[in-house]
Amino acid sequence: MHREDFPMFKEDIIYLDNGATTFKPKSVLNKMNEYYETYSANAHRGDYSISYKVDVEYEGARKKIAEFIGADTEEVVFTSGTTEGLNIIASGFFEKLLEPGDEIVITNAEHASNVLPWFRLAKKTGAIINYIPLDANLHVTLDNVKSVVTPRTKVISIAEITNVVGDVRPIKEICAWAHENNIFVVVDGAQSVPHKKTNVKESDADFLVFSGHKMCGPTGVGVLYGKKELLEEVEPLTLGGGMNESFDNENEVYLKDIPHRLESGTPNIAGAIGLGEAVSYLERVGMDEIMLHEQRLKEYLVSKLRKLPYINIVNEEADSGIVAFNVEGIFSQDVAYFLNKYNICVRAGNHCAKILKKSIGVKNTVRVSLYFYNTYEELDSLVELLSDKDKIMKEMME
Amino acid sequence: MDQELKREILLENYSNPFHKETKEDFQKANANNVSCIDDINVFIKIEDDKIVDAYFDGEACAISTASTSIMVKKIIGMTVEEAKKYIENFDNMVNEKEYDKENMDEALAFDEIYKQQSRKTCATLPYRALEKLLTKK
Repeated sequence: MHREDFPMFKEDIIYLDNGATTFKPKSVLNKMNEYYETYSANAHRGDYSISYKVDVEYEGARKKIAEFIGADTEEVVFTSGTTEGLNIIASGFFEKLLEPGDEIVITNAEHASNVLPWFRLAKKTGAIINYIPLDANLHVTLDNVKSVVTPRTKVISIAEITNVVGDVRPIKEICAWAHENNIFVVVDGAQSVPHKKTNVKESDADFLVFSGHKMCGPTGVGVLYGKKELLEEVEPLTLGGGMNESFDNENEVYLKDIPHRLESGTPNIAGAIGLGEAVSYLERVGMDEIMLHEQRLKEYLVSKLRKLPYINIVNEEADSGIVAFNVEGIFSQDVAYFLNKYNICVRAGNHCAKILKKSIGVKNTVRVSLYFYNTYEELDSLVELLSDKDKIMKEMME
Repeated sequence: MDQELKREILLENYSNPFHKETKEDFQKANANNVSCIDDINVFIKIEDDKIVDAYFDGEACAISTASTSIMVKKIIGMTVEEAKKYIENFDNMVNEKEYDKENMDEALAFDEIYKQQSRKTCATLPYRALEKLLTKK
Protein backbone atom coordinates (compact mmCIF):
# COMPACT_ATOMS: atom_id res chain seq x y z
CA MET A 1 0.00 0.00 0.00
CA HIS A 2 1.08 3.58 -0.71
CA ARG A 3 4.60 2.74 -1.82
CA GLU A 4 4.60 5.64 -4.25
CA ASP A 5 4.65 8.04 -1.29
CA PHE A 6 8.12 6.88 -0.18
CA PRO A 7 11.27 8.11 -1.94
CA MET A 8 13.25 5.19 -0.44
CA PHE A 9 11.39 2.76 -2.67
CA LYS A 10 13.22 4.20 -5.64
CA GLU A 11 16.06 2.06 -4.29
CA ASP A 12 15.96 -1.58 -5.24
CA ILE A 13 15.42 -2.73 -1.71
CA ILE A 14 13.16 -4.99 0.31
CA TYR A 15 12.95 -3.39 3.71
CA LEU A 16 11.80 -5.68 6.50
CA ASP A 17 13.29 -3.95 9.54
CA ASN A 18 10.45 -1.62 10.42
CA GLY A 19 10.72 -2.44 14.10
CA ALA A 20 14.05 -0.61 14.00
CA THR A 21 12.89 2.35 11.97
CA THR A 22 10.53 3.13 9.10
CA PHE A 23 10.83 4.96 5.80
CA LYS A 24 9.51 8.51 5.56
CA PRO A 25 6.83 9.64 3.12
CA LYS A 26 7.46 12.65 0.91
CA SER A 27 4.85 14.70 2.77
CA VAL A 28 6.85 14.46 6.02
CA LEU A 29 10.09 15.42 4.29
CA ASN A 30 8.37 18.32 2.55
CA LYS A 31 6.87 19.55 5.79
CA MET A 32 10.28 19.56 7.47
CA ASN A 33 11.97 21.21 4.52
CA GLU A 34 9.26 23.83 4.46
CA TYR A 35 10.20 24.75 8.03
CA TYR A 36 13.91 24.99 7.22
CA GLU A 37 13.34 26.84 3.96
CA THR A 38 10.52 29.26 4.72
CA TYR A 39 10.10 29.92 8.47
CA SER A 40 13.31 28.75 10.08
CA ALA A 41 13.06 30.57 13.43
CA ASN A 42 12.93 29.51 17.07
CA ALA A 43 9.79 28.51 18.94
CA HIS A 44 8.00 30.35 21.77
CA ARG A 45 9.56 33.64 20.82
CA GLY A 46 6.91 35.07 18.54
CA ASP A 47 8.10 38.66 18.16
CA TYR A 48 8.02 38.44 14.41
CA SER A 49 5.93 36.65 11.81
CA ILE A 50 8.04 33.63 10.97
CA SER A 51 8.63 32.90 14.67
CA TYR A 52 4.91 33.14 15.28
CA LYS A 53 4.43 30.64 12.47
CA VAL A 54 6.85 28.28 14.25
CA ASP A 55 4.68 28.42 17.36
CA VAL A 56 1.56 27.77 15.36
CA GLU A 57 3.07 24.77 13.54
CA TYR A 58 4.86 23.35 16.60
CA GLU A 59 1.81 23.57 18.84
CA GLY A 60 -0.34 22.42 15.93
CA ALA A 61 1.76 19.26 15.70
CA ARG A 62 1.27 18.70 19.43
CA LYS A 63 -2.48 19.02 19.02
CA LYS A 64 -2.58 16.57 16.09
CA ILE A 65 -0.54 14.03 18.01
CA ALA A 66 -2.72 14.46 21.09
CA GLU A 67 -5.83 13.78 19.00
CA PHE A 68 -4.10 10.80 17.39
CA ILE A 69 -3.69 9.10 20.78
CA GLY A 70 -6.86 10.45 22.38
CA ALA A 71 -5.06 12.77 24.82
CA ASP A 72 -5.47 16.41 25.78
CA THR A 73 -2.96 18.70 24.07
CA GLU A 74 -1.15 19.69 27.27
CA GLU A 75 -0.59 16.03 28.07
CA VAL A 76 1.79 15.59 25.13
CA VAL A 77 5.46 16.32 25.83
CA PHE A 78 7.97 16.22 22.98
CA THR A 79 11.06 14.15 23.77
CA SER A 80 13.94 12.79 21.72
CA GLY A 81 12.24 9.39 21.64
CA THR A 82 10.96 6.47 23.67
CA THR A 83 14.22 6.09 25.55
CA GLU A 84 14.20 9.62 26.87
CA GLY A 85 10.53 9.33 27.73
CA LEU A 86 11.08 6.25 29.88
CA ASN A 87 14.05 7.85 31.60
CA ILE A 88 12.00 10.96 32.42
CA ILE A 89 9.25 8.80 33.89
CA ALA A 90 11.61 6.64 35.95
CA SER A 91 13.84 9.43 37.25
CA GLY A 92 11.47 12.39 37.15
CA PHE A 93 8.34 10.78 38.55
CA PHE A 94 9.04 7.51 40.31
CA GLU A 95 12.32 8.39 41.98
CA LYS A 96 10.66 10.58 44.56
CA LEU A 97 7.79 8.16 44.98
CA LEU A 98 9.54 4.84 45.62
CA GLU A 99 10.64 3.71 49.07
CA PRO A 100 13.07 0.89 49.81
CA GLY A 101 11.28 -2.43 49.33
CA ASP A 102 8.71 -1.02 46.89
CA GLU A 103 8.33 -3.08 43.74
CA ILE A 104 8.66 -2.34 40.04
CA VAL A 105 7.15 -4.89 37.66
CA ILE A 106 8.46 -5.44 34.12
CA THR A 107 8.98 -8.52 31.90
CA ASN A 108 11.99 -10.35 30.49
CA ALA A 109 10.92 -9.41 26.98
CA GLU A 110 11.26 -5.64 27.37
CA HIS A 111 13.58 -3.50 25.26
CA ALA A 112 16.69 -2.18 27.06
CA SER A 113 15.01 1.25 27.33
CA ASN A 114 12.32 -0.24 29.51
CA VAL A 115 14.79 -2.17 31.64
CA LEU A 116 17.89 -0.12 32.35
CA PRO A 117 16.16 3.03 33.71
CA TRP A 118 14.32 0.77 36.18
CA PHE A 119 17.53 -1.05 37.11
CA ARG A 120 19.13 2.25 38.01
CA LEU A 121 16.05 3.44 39.84
CA ALA A 122 15.98 0.21 41.87
CA LYS A 123 19.61 0.71 42.88
CA LYS A 124 19.01 4.32 43.82
CA THR A 125 15.82 3.85 45.81
CA GLY A 126 16.21 0.33 47.18
CA ALA A 127 13.18 -0.79 45.20
CA ILE A 128 12.92 -4.35 43.89
CA ILE A 129 12.28 -5.45 40.31
CA ASN A 130 9.91 -8.33 39.66
CA TYR A 131 9.22 -9.98 36.32
CA ILE A 132 5.83 -10.98 34.98
CA PRO A 133 6.14 -14.63 33.94
CA LEU A 134 5.44 -15.15 30.24
CA ASP A 135 3.08 -17.93 29.19
CA ALA A 136 3.98 -20.78 26.80
CA ASN A 137 3.56 -18.46 23.83
CA LEU A 138 5.71 -15.83 25.58
CA HIS A 139 2.63 -13.65 26.08
CA VAL A 140 1.61 -11.55 29.07
CA THR A 141 -1.80 -12.32 30.55
CA LEU A 142 -3.64 -10.46 33.28
CA ASP A 143 -3.42 -13.56 35.48
CA ASN A 144 0.35 -13.59 35.08
CA VAL A 145 0.47 -9.93 36.03
CA LYS A 146 -1.61 -10.64 39.13
CA SER A 147 0.68 -13.51 40.08
CA VAL A 148 3.68 -11.23 40.53
CA VAL A 149 2.05 -8.15 42.02
CA THR A 150 2.15 -7.62 45.80
CA PRO A 151 0.91 -4.83 48.06
CA ARG A 152 4.35 -3.24 47.64
CA THR A 153 4.06 -2.99 43.83
CA LYS A 154 3.99 0.65 42.76
CA VAL A 155 4.41 0.48 39.01
CA ILE A 156 4.01 -1.90 36.08
CA SER A 157 6.02 -0.86 33.03
CA ILE A 158 5.54 -2.89 29.86
CA ALA A 159 5.50 -2.54 26.11
CA GLU A 160 2.07 -2.79 24.49
CA ILE A 161 3.75 -4.75 21.68
CA THR A 162 7.20 -6.24 22.25
CA ASN A 163 9.86 -5.80 19.63
CA VAL A 164 10.96 -9.45 19.53
CA VAL A 165 7.92 -11.56 20.35
CA GLY A 166 5.46 -9.08 18.86
CA ASP A 167 2.63 -10.06 21.17
CA VAL A 168 -0.06 -7.50 21.92
CA ARG A 169 -0.47 -7.10 25.68
CA PRO A 170 -3.93 -6.54 27.22
CA ILE A 171 -3.12 -3.00 28.37
CA LYS A 172 -6.68 -1.94 29.07
CA GLU A 173 -7.36 -4.90 31.37
CA ILE A 174 -4.02 -4.49 33.09
CA CYS A 175 -4.66 -0.78 33.69
CA ALA A 176 -8.14 -1.38 35.08
CA TRP A 177 -6.93 -4.01 37.51
CA ALA A 178 -3.74 -2.12 38.43
CA HIS A 179 -5.65 1.06 39.20
CA GLU A 180 -8.00 -0.81 41.52
CA ASN A 181 -4.84 -1.76 43.37
CA ASN A 182 -3.27 1.71 43.28
CA ILE A 183 -0.53 0.73 40.87
CA PHE A 184 0.67 3.01 38.08
CA VAL A 185 0.97 1.63 34.53
CA VAL A 186 3.66 2.86 32.13
CA VAL A 187 3.23 1.77 28.51
CA ASP A 188 6.12 1.58 26.06
CA GLY A 189 4.32 2.26 22.81
CA ALA A 190 7.34 2.26 20.49
CA GLN A 191 6.11 -0.84 18.63
CA SER A 192 2.37 -0.33 19.09
CA VAL A 193 1.51 3.32 18.39
CA PRO A 194 2.85 3.07 14.78
CA HIS A 195 0.81 -0.06 14.06
CA LYS A 196 -2.51 0.04 15.89
CA LYS A 197 -5.07 2.57 16.98
CA THR A 198 -4.12 4.02 20.35
CA ASN A 199 -6.43 5.78 22.76
CA VAL A 200 -5.06 6.66 26.16
CA LYS A 201 -8.46 7.57 27.56
CA GLU A 202 -9.76 4.15 26.60
CA SER A 203 -6.74 2.19 27.85
CA ASP A 204 -6.40 4.48 30.87
CA ALA A 205 -2.59 4.16 30.81
CA ASP A 206 -0.90 6.57 33.20
CA PHE A 207 2.06 7.19 30.94
CA LEU A 208 2.67 6.27 27.28
CA VAL A 209 5.90 6.84 25.35
CA PHE A 210 6.74 6.37 21.70
CA SER A 211 9.19 7.38 18.95
CA GLY A 212 8.54 9.34 15.78
CA HIS A 213 10.92 7.53 13.46
CA LYS A 214 9.17 4.17 13.88
CA MET A 215 5.93 5.69 12.54
CA CYS A 216 7.03 7.44 9.34
CA GLY A 217 8.30 10.45 11.26
CA PRO A 218 11.80 11.86 11.62
CA THR A 219 14.52 10.54 13.93
CA GLY A 220 15.26 12.33 17.17
CA VAL A 221 11.70 13.13 18.19
CA GLY A 222 9.21 11.24 20.29
CA VAL A 223 6.38 11.72 22.71
CA LEU A 224 5.83 11.34 26.41
CA TYR A 225 2.14 11.23 27.28
CA GLY A 226 1.12 11.45 30.91
CA LYS A 227 -2.19 12.06 32.62
CA LYS A 228 -2.28 15.76 33.40
CA GLU A 229 -2.26 15.36 37.17
CA LEU A 230 0.74 13.03 36.94
CA LEU A 231 2.72 15.17 34.49
CA GLU A 232 2.29 18.02 36.99
CA GLU A 233 4.34 15.94 39.44
CA VAL A 234 7.16 15.09 37.02
CA GLU A 235 10.43 16.74 38.00
CA PRO A 236 12.12 18.24 34.92
CA LEU A 237 15.44 16.41 34.48
CA THR A 238 16.93 19.20 32.44
CA LEU A 239 16.58 22.89 33.21
CA GLY A 240 17.22 25.91 31.06
CA GLY A 241 15.61 28.06 28.46
CA GLY A 242 12.09 27.54 27.23
CA MET A 243 10.94 25.87 30.43
CA ASN A 244 11.16 28.68 33.00
CA GLU A 245 8.79 31.58 33.55
CA SER A 246 11.16 33.80 35.49
CA PHE A 247 13.98 33.66 38.04
CA ASP A 248 15.83 36.17 40.20
CA ASN A 249 17.95 34.01 42.45
CA GLU A 250 18.17 30.35 43.44
CA ASN A 251 15.16 30.69 45.69
CA GLU A 252 12.96 32.38 43.17
CA VAL A 253 12.65 30.20 40.09
CA TYR A 254 9.28 29.94 38.45
CA LEU A 255 8.69 27.28 35.86
CA LYS A 256 6.25 27.18 32.99
CA ASP A 257 3.20 24.95 32.99
CA ILE A 258 3.24 21.49 31.49
CA PRO A 259 4.04 20.44 28.86
CA HIS A 260 6.59 23.24 28.25
CA ARG A 261 8.16 22.80 31.68
CA LEU A 262 9.39 19.40 30.50
CA GLU A 263 10.84 20.67 27.19
CA SER A 264 13.94 22.65 28.07
CA GLY A 265 16.17 24.20 25.45
CA THR A 266 15.32 24.80 21.83
CA PRO A 267 13.16 21.84 20.91
CA ASN A 268 13.56 19.62 17.86
CA ILE A 269 11.23 21.93 15.94
CA ALA A 270 11.54 20.34 12.51
CA GLY A 271 11.23 16.93 14.13
CA ALA A 272 8.05 17.78 16.02
CA ILE A 273 6.46 19.38 12.97
CA GLY A 274 7.52 16.37 10.88
CA LEU A 275 6.00 14.01 13.41
CA GLY A 276 2.76 15.98 13.31
CA GLU A 277 2.68 15.46 9.56
CA ALA A 278 3.52 11.75 9.97
CA VAL A 279 0.49 11.39 12.20
CA SER A 280 -1.72 13.09 9.60
CA TYR A 281 -0.26 10.78 6.98
CA LEU A 282 -0.97 7.64 9.04
CA GLU A 283 -4.52 8.83 9.62
CA ARG A 284 -4.98 9.22 5.88
CA VAL A 285 -3.76 5.66 5.37
CA GLY A 286 -5.96 4.49 8.25
CA MET A 287 -4.72 2.81 11.42
CA ASP A 288 -7.21 -0.05 11.13
CA GLU A 289 -6.12 -0.74 7.56
CA ILE A 290 -2.49 -0.66 8.66
CA MET A 291 -3.03 -3.24 11.35
CA LEU A 292 -5.12 -5.50 9.16
CA HIS A 293 -2.62 -5.45 6.30
CA GLU A 294 0.28 -6.27 8.62
CA GLN A 295 -1.60 -9.13 10.23
CA ARG A 296 -2.42 -10.61 6.84
CA LEU A 297 1.18 -10.27 5.71
CA LYS A 298 2.35 -11.91 8.89
CA GLU A 299 -0.03 -14.85 8.53
CA TYR A 300 1.06 -15.27 4.93
CA LEU A 301 4.74 -15.28 5.86
CA VAL A 302 4.26 -17.68 8.77
CA SER A 303 2.28 -20.11 6.60
CA LYS A 304 5.11 -20.09 4.04
CA LEU A 305 7.93 -20.41 6.57
CA ARG A 306 6.15 -23.26 8.34
CA LYS A 307 6.66 -25.37 5.24
CA LEU A 308 10.43 -25.14 5.63
CA PRO A 309 11.35 -27.79 8.21
CA TYR A 310 14.65 -26.18 9.17
CA ILE A 311 13.07 -22.88 10.13
CA ASN A 312 12.02 -22.40 13.74
CA ILE A 313 9.59 -19.57 14.30
CA VAL A 314 9.84 -18.15 17.80
CA ASN A 315 6.54 -16.23 17.85
CA GLU A 316 3.96 -17.90 15.60
CA GLU A 317 1.13 -16.85 17.88
CA ALA A 318 1.80 -13.11 18.01
CA ASP A 319 -0.80 -10.71 16.58
CA SER A 320 1.50 -8.03 15.24
CA GLY A 321 3.62 -7.80 12.10
CA ILE A 322 6.76 -9.22 13.69
CA VAL A 323 8.15 -12.66 12.80
CA ALA A 324 11.21 -13.88 14.68
CA PHE A 325 12.86 -17.09 13.54
CA ASN A 326 16.07 -19.05 13.19
CA VAL A 327 17.41 -21.19 10.37
CA GLU A 328 18.61 -24.39 12.02
CA GLY A 329 22.38 -24.57 12.19
CA ILE A 330 22.96 -21.08 10.83
CA PHE A 331 23.77 -18.10 13.02
CA SER A 332 21.12 -15.41 12.67
CA GLN A 333 23.60 -12.81 11.50
CA ASP A 334 24.77 -15.06 8.67
CA VAL A 335 21.17 -15.32 7.48
CA ALA A 336 20.98 -11.51 7.51
CA TYR A 337 24.28 -11.22 5.61
CA PHE A 338 23.01 -13.67 3.03
CA LEU A 339 19.71 -11.85 2.53
CA ASN A 340 21.53 -8.55 2.26
CA LYS A 341 23.24 -9.84 -0.90
CA TYR A 342 19.78 -9.81 -2.44
CA ASN A 343 18.95 -6.34 -1.04
CA ILE A 344 16.70 -7.69 1.67
CA CYS A 345 17.07 -5.89 4.99
CA VAL A 346 16.30 -7.92 8.10
CA ARG A 347 17.61 -7.59 11.61
CA ALA A 348 19.66 -10.26 13.38
CA GLY A 349 20.44 -10.33 17.05
CA ASN A 350 18.78 -9.98 20.39
CA HIS A 351 16.93 -6.81 19.33
CA CYS A 352 17.94 -5.01 22.53
CA ALA A 353 15.97 -7.50 24.62
CA LYS A 354 19.02 -9.01 26.23
CA ILE A 355 17.27 -10.69 29.12
CA LEU A 356 14.72 -12.41 26.90
CA LYS A 357 17.06 -15.37 26.38
CA LYS A 358 16.09 -16.49 29.88
CA SER A 359 12.57 -17.07 28.60
CA ILE A 360 12.98 -18.30 25.05
CA GLY A 361 16.25 -20.16 25.41
CA VAL A 362 17.70 -18.61 22.27
CA LYS A 363 19.79 -15.52 22.44
CA ASN A 364 19.57 -14.32 18.86
CA THR A 365 16.99 -14.46 16.10
CA VAL A 366 16.36 -13.17 12.62
CA ARG A 367 13.56 -10.64 12.84
CA VAL A 368 11.23 -9.58 10.07
CA SER A 369 9.15 -6.57 11.10
CA LEU A 370 6.52 -5.42 8.65
CA TYR A 371 4.77 -2.17 7.86
CA PHE A 372 1.83 -1.24 5.70
CA TYR A 373 4.01 -0.60 2.66
CA ASN A 374 5.36 -4.15 2.54
CA THR A 375 3.90 -6.51 -0.04
CA TYR A 376 3.18 -10.19 -0.54
CA GLU A 377 5.64 -10.18 -3.45
CA GLU A 378 8.42 -9.01 -1.14
CA LEU A 379 7.68 -11.87 1.22
CA ASP A 380 7.70 -14.29 -1.72
CA SER A 381 11.23 -13.12 -2.57
CA LEU A 382 12.30 -13.62 1.04
CA VAL A 383 10.79 -17.10 1.27
CA GLU A 384 12.29 -18.13 -2.05
CA LEU A 385 15.77 -17.30 -0.77
CA LEU A 386 15.17 -19.04 2.54
CA SER A 387 13.90 -22.12 0.68
CA ASP A 388 17.41 -23.06 -0.39
CA LYS A 389 19.43 -23.81 2.72
CA ASP A 390 22.44 -25.02 0.72
CA LYS A 391 22.55 -21.71 -1.07
CA ILE A 392 22.53 -19.85 2.26
CA MET A 393 25.39 -22.02 3.54
CA LYS A 394 27.27 -21.52 0.32
CA GLU A 395 26.89 -17.78 0.04
CA MET A 396 26.71 -16.50 3.59
CA MET A 397 30.47 -16.04 3.91
CA GLU A 398 31.14 -14.44 0.56
CA MET B 1 44.13 -20.88 -2.66
CA ASP B 2 41.07 -21.14 -4.87
CA GLN B 3 37.63 -19.93 -3.84
CA GLU B 4 36.12 -23.39 -3.67
CA LEU B 5 38.80 -24.63 -1.27
CA LYS B 6 38.46 -21.51 0.88
CA ARG B 7 34.74 -21.98 1.14
CA GLU B 8 35.23 -25.63 2.07
CA ILE B 9 37.72 -24.75 4.80
CA LEU B 10 35.44 -22.10 6.26
CA LEU B 11 32.36 -24.25 6.09
CA GLU B 12 34.13 -27.21 7.64
CA ASN B 13 35.45 -25.10 10.51
CA TYR B 14 32.03 -23.52 11.00
CA SER B 15 30.03 -26.74 10.86
CA ASN B 16 32.52 -28.82 12.83
CA PRO B 17 34.51 -26.33 14.84
CA PHE B 18 37.71 -27.52 16.46
CA HIS B 19 37.82 -27.62 20.29
CA LYS B 20 34.55 -25.75 20.80
CA GLU B 21 34.04 -26.41 24.46
CA THR B 22 33.98 -24.37 27.65
CA LYS B 23 37.10 -24.84 29.78
CA GLU B 24 36.53 -23.19 33.11
CA ASP B 25 39.97 -24.04 34.49
CA PHE B 26 41.83 -22.39 31.56
CA GLN B 27 42.73 -18.74 31.17
CA LYS B 28 39.81 -17.05 29.44
CA ALA B 29 39.30 -13.93 27.38
CA ASN B 30 36.16 -12.66 25.72
CA ALA B 31 35.91 -10.82 22.45
CA ASN B 32 32.75 -9.29 21.14
CA ASN B 33 32.03 -7.16 18.19
CA VAL B 34 30.40 -3.85 19.03
CA SER B 35 28.86 -3.50 15.61
CA CYS B 36 27.28 -6.94 15.59
CA ILE B 37 26.38 -9.79 17.89
CA ASP B 38 29.48 -11.98 17.77
CA ASP B 39 30.44 -13.07 21.25
CA ILE B 40 33.36 -15.49 21.67
CA ASN B 41 35.43 -16.75 24.58
CA VAL B 42 38.92 -18.13 23.97
CA PHE B 43 40.41 -20.48 26.57
CA ILE B 44 44.12 -21.29 26.70
CA LYS B 45 46.43 -23.18 28.99
CA ILE B 46 50.03 -21.97 29.18
CA GLU B 47 52.79 -24.10 30.66
CA ASP B 48 56.44 -23.04 30.61
CA ASP B 49 55.67 -20.19 28.26
CA LYS B 50 54.00 -22.54 25.80
CA ILE B 51 50.34 -22.81 24.81
CA VAL B 52 49.72 -26.46 25.60
CA ASP B 53 46.00 -26.43 24.90
CA ALA B 54 43.29 -24.12 23.58
CA TYR B 55 39.50 -24.12 23.26
CA PHE B 56 36.70 -21.67 22.54
CA ASP B 57 32.98 -21.20 23.03
CA GLY B 58 30.33 -18.61 22.31
CA GLU B 59 27.93 -17.58 19.60
CA ALA B 60 29.16 -15.90 16.46
CA CYS B 61 28.78 -15.70 12.71
CA ALA B 62 30.28 -18.24 10.34
CA ILE B 63 33.36 -16.13 9.57
CA SER B 64 34.13 -15.52 13.26
CA THR B 65 33.48 -19.10 14.26
CA ALA B 66 35.59 -20.51 11.43
CA SER B 67 38.38 -18.06 12.15
CA THR B 68 38.38 -18.97 15.83
CA SER B 69 38.40 -22.69 15.08
CA ILE B 70 41.36 -22.26 12.73
CA MET B 71 43.22 -20.07 15.23
CA VAL B 72 42.70 -22.45 18.12
CA LYS B 73 44.02 -25.32 16.00
CA LYS B 74 47.06 -23.28 14.97
CA ILE B 75 48.22 -21.96 18.33
CA ILE B 76 48.37 -25.22 20.24
CA GLY B 77 52.06 -25.97 20.72
CA MET B 78 53.24 -22.42 20.02
CA THR B 79 55.30 -20.46 22.52
CA VAL B 80 53.84 -17.17 23.67
CA GLU B 81 56.31 -15.31 21.44
CA GLU B 82 55.41 -17.45 18.41
CA ALA B 83 51.73 -16.87 19.03
CA LYS B 84 52.27 -13.11 19.21
CA LYS B 85 54.11 -13.24 15.90
CA TYR B 86 51.31 -15.31 14.41
CA ILE B 87 48.74 -12.71 15.48
CA GLU B 88 50.83 -9.96 13.90
CA ASN B 89 51.19 -11.95 10.70
CA PHE B 90 47.46 -12.63 10.53
CA ASP B 91 46.66 -8.95 11.12
CA ASN B 92 49.10 -7.97 8.38
CA MET B 93 47.41 -10.38 6.00
CA VAL B 94 43.90 -9.05 6.56
CA ASN B 95 45.16 -5.46 6.41
CA GLU B 96 46.81 -5.99 3.02
CA LYS B 97 50.30 -5.51 4.43
CA GLU B 98 53.28 -7.74 3.79
CA TYR B 99 53.04 -11.02 5.58
CA ASP B 100 54.66 -14.42 5.66
CA LYS B 101 52.56 -17.02 3.83
CA GLU B 102 54.57 -19.86 5.30
CA ASN B 103 52.83 -21.91 7.95
CA MET B 104 49.55 -20.01 7.72
CA ASP B 105 47.77 -23.18 6.60
CA GLU B 106 43.99 -22.85 6.79
CA ALA B 107 44.23 -19.23 7.96
CA LEU B 108 45.07 -18.37 4.34
CA ALA B 109 41.35 -18.77 3.67
CA PHE B 110 41.09 -15.19 4.96
CA ASP B 111 43.73 -13.69 2.67
CA GLU B 112 41.11 -11.84 0.67
CA ILE B 113 38.83 -10.83 3.51
CA TYR B 114 39.96 -7.21 3.01
CA LYS B 115 37.63 -7.19 0.02
CA GLN B 116 34.75 -7.38 2.48
CA GLN B 117 35.59 -4.58 4.88
CA SER B 118 32.57 -5.28 7.04
CA ARG B 119 33.73 -8.86 7.65
CA LYS B 120 37.29 -8.02 8.63
CA THR B 121 36.36 -7.53 12.26
CA CYS B 122 34.63 -10.92 12.21
CA ALA B 123 37.78 -12.68 11.03
CA THR B 124 40.09 -10.90 13.48
CA LEU B 125 37.76 -11.14 16.49
CA PRO B 126 39.35 -14.23 18.12
CA TYR B 127 42.81 -12.72 17.67
CA ARG B 128 41.77 -9.80 19.86
CA ALA B 129 40.80 -12.25 22.60
CA LEU B 130 44.06 -14.17 22.21
CA GLU B 131 46.02 -10.94 22.33
CA LYS B 132 44.43 -10.08 25.67
CA LEU B 133 45.46 -13.46 27.05
CA LEU B 134 49.04 -13.23 25.87
CA THR B 135 49.72 -9.69 27.01
CA LYS B 136 48.12 -10.29 30.41
CA LYS B 137 50.75 -10.47 33.12
